[in-house]
Amino acid sequence: MLAYVNAVISGILIGLAYAIAALGLNLIWGVMKVINLSHGAFIAFGMFAAYMSVKLLGVSVYTSLIPIFVAGLIVGIVAFFVSLYRVLNAPELTTLLSTYSLSLILIGLGTFFFTTNPRAIDTHLGSITLGYSSISYSRIIVGLISLFLAGTLYLFLFKTSLGKAIRAVSQNPTAAKLYGINTTLVLSISFGIGVAFASVSGALIASLFPFTILSGGVYELKSFVICVLGGLGSPAGAILGGLILGLLENLLSLKMPVDYMPFIEFSILVIILLIKPNGILGRR
Amino acid sequence: MQKGYTLFWLLPALIALVIYPIVTNNVMLRETVFLILLSITLSISLNIILGFTGYVSFGHIVYYGIGAYFAFYLMYAYKVSLIVSIVLGGLVSAAIAFVLGQAVLSLRGAIFAIATIGVNEAVKSLINNISILGGAMGLYFDFSIYDNYGGALKAIWLSYYLMGTLTILSVIAAYYIKKSKFGLGLFSIREDQDASAVLGIKTKLYKSLAYATSAFFPAIAGGIFAFKAGNIEPSGAFNLVKSIEMIVMVMLGGYGSVAGSALGALFYEKIKSILLVMPYVKDLHLAVSGLILLIIVQFAPSGIVGFLTKYFKNLRKVLE
Amino acid sequence: MILKGTNLKLSFGGLVAVNNVSFEIEEKTIFGIIGPNGAGKTTLFNIISGVYKPQEGKLFFKDKDITNFPTYKRARLGIARTHQIVKPLSELTVIENVMVGACFGKKNYNLKQAQKVALDVINFVGLSTKMFTQAGQLNVAFKKRLELARALANEPEILLLDEVLAGLNPKEVDSMLNVILKIKQNGITIIMIEHLMHAIMKASDYIMVLDSGEKIAQGSPQEISNNQRVIEAYLGDPKLAMQLVGAK
Repeated sequence: MLAYVNAVISGILIGLAYAIAALGLNLIWGVMKVINLSHGAFIAFGMFAAYMSVKLLGVSVYTSLIPIFVAGLIVGIVAFFVSLYRVLNAPELTTLLSTYSLSLILIGLGTFFFTTNPRAIDTHLGSITLGYSSISYSRIIVGLISLFLAGTLYLFLFKTSLGKAIRAVSQNPTAAKLYGINTTLVLSISFGIGVAFASVSGALIASLFPFTILSGGVYELKSFVICVLGGLGSPAGAILGGLILGLLENLLSLKMPVDYMPFIEFSILVIILLIKPNGILGRR
Repeated sequence: MQKGYTLFWLLPALIALVIYPIVTNNVMLRETVFLILLSITLSISLNIILGFTGYVSFGHIVYYGIGAYFAFYLMYAYKVSLIVSIVLGGLVSAAIAFVLGQAVLSLRGAIFAIATIGVNEAVKSLINNISILGGAMGLYFDFSIYDNYGGALKAIWLSYYLMGTLTILSVIAAYYIKKSKFGLGLFSIREDQDASAVLGIKTKLYKSLAYATSAFFPAIAGGIFAFKAGNIEPSGAFNLVKSIEMIVMVMLGGYGSVAGSALGALFYEKIKSILLVMPYVKDLHLAVSGLILLIIVQFAPSGIVGFLTKYFKNLRKVLE
Repeated sequence: MILKGTNLKLSFGGLVAVNNVSFEIEEKTIFGIIGPNGAGKTTLFNIISGVYKPQEGKLFFKDKDITNFPTYKRARLGIARTHQIVKPLSELTVIENVMVGACFGKKNYNLKQAQKVALDVINFVGLSTKMFTQAGQLNVAFKKRLELARALANEPEILLLDEVLAGLNPKEVDSMLNVILKIKQNGITIIMIEHLMHAIMKASDYIMVLDSGEKIAQGSPQEISNNQRVIEAYLGDPKLAMQLVGAK
């Protein structure tokens, strides 16, 4: 029984971290109708950035989150101009392949520098005990930081003028342009924020689980599943989807080996696509 | 569509390529050409769903893997003959693709792409855990199986002949599909799916058929290679890098063009052979492929064939 | 009666795009649909061609209930359409575009037959000089002709024309109207959405007026231009209406 409680709490906490990753993907899709296939690569980037900060600079992984966010933002903006700026109006195929090629370059370089050996970050924080099971403090912190980030994104999108501009462009790019909004600026910053969120989520996940340069792909798949579950274009959906996935994973892992997860997640993806392609909360 | 002359040069060139190692009885050459033939077959097949129909299939190598496992298992556990096994592997793979296609091809290209990304991961994780198929360790032939084919040496040459035949068949099939009414329908779907439906094309059926066809040939190739190697295991059969290379080859050659896929495969293999002997570059395989793809997509989205036909309009009829 | 719609209704979220619209269209006539922007005209076309399914109501083609028929089946029946914002198959040539129409339309031609049909249609609409040009490279006027040619290659019984005159200069308008009249003479029923008043008044045998998703009037062009409600909703100026009546 207590194992279930533990699973539920863990599920919610990790679900929030997944939600942060998914929010990054979601924002980019919402604003420029591009599915960022380099999402996983940037998650891995965040993981390794956190690892290097801890190992080389001796900084706590939580302190590294801010520079990782900023780095992600800058790298994202650059990536936008390198791979997407010229091809935004091209057929969908082109943008898919563009971001995909980015991921190849990043993962290729990453494999070269870091090899595929697994790494881990130990936060030395200990845990709270609940009867016979325990929840590590690092999970709780990850959950809280994720909530904070989600809240900040909400405030940004709804209370700042740049945020409003981003929402305007995502609803009607032409009209936004006519209102004098610099769409290039908006698009590049949106992509930057998306990448920043991916990177930070990678750092957060790295504080909890071991990872390799190839782990990004696994979390990218989870992000896709979440976005499809919650509905592409709905930030609330991303959070809802994240929680659902987190819960599902933790509850199922009580019954079956974790190796089956990608298969199950993929099956969920296909089933949702069949029954409710716009997701639970989505708009087209 | 109008008469084209592509096969007039492409077929003889391919046949010459296949025959060359046979005639010179050169084993090393045979191995090199073997891999080139595989690349051509994979590239041509992927083009049917990517270039003709406009749907990117990431992780397409999964059909190679399914065909490999199915054929290998038939030979291993039930002693079925080589040709029957690989053809059955092809059909099973095609059937799976068709069913999957019915499920996910009705959606936009981007969603389909996401689904295919998940496919490879999913199948790999599944197979890693199923013990009949050897799990992560894989399965190994008892080498006495090769006696049925006249010994190991003859068996390898047999694999080579089969691969050559497969490649040529796949090129012919792809070309005739392109020139057929079915192909016209596919190209129309690629350009505008909604308009195609309004014009009377059964888009879902056509897309699924294209996807199934694109799975068929790689699956047979998988069976051939598994037979040749004498063993099979998940990371070899579902080699994600090969999936990536397929996409780069198709785009490099020119998506939608049969000659383009063949040329793209050849060029890519050539570039790879040069780069793989350079000291640092060889570990940057993935990054270099990604860079090539990025450059093509940004600056020359129609690949080699697109570039050539833009400046030499007469080449259009021979580079289809 | 070749096409009949009864009590069709379709809403998107909170917005009712088509509200209780019924109509009957006689064979071999030109049926005009007019109305202010946002009246639901293109949505109605989308219902007829099968892109949207109505939430209420039924659609009949020659007494057959086609309300739930998928899009491609309607083309096979003989319902073809052009789009308000043209949808050329950009990387295919003009002749290939039109052949698509011929191959998958009512008669389900093979490639060879389709090519013949395509050639005839291309000559008919006046696109012969552009036969081997890539569709994406045509200017707007030619793209509109291509859109029409492709629909005609379907060899339809009903042709839906969505603002096929928009963006054309007066000479092009006259030329297109002649083509439309010739199509009617060939026995094809035409349903036209148009904003160009004098054109649609001149060409139509019968007109239906939509406003905010509802049918507010129907009748001959003469009756429509005299209709008070139509004038208020759409024509605006009674003097203009008088002019239009005179123009017929």
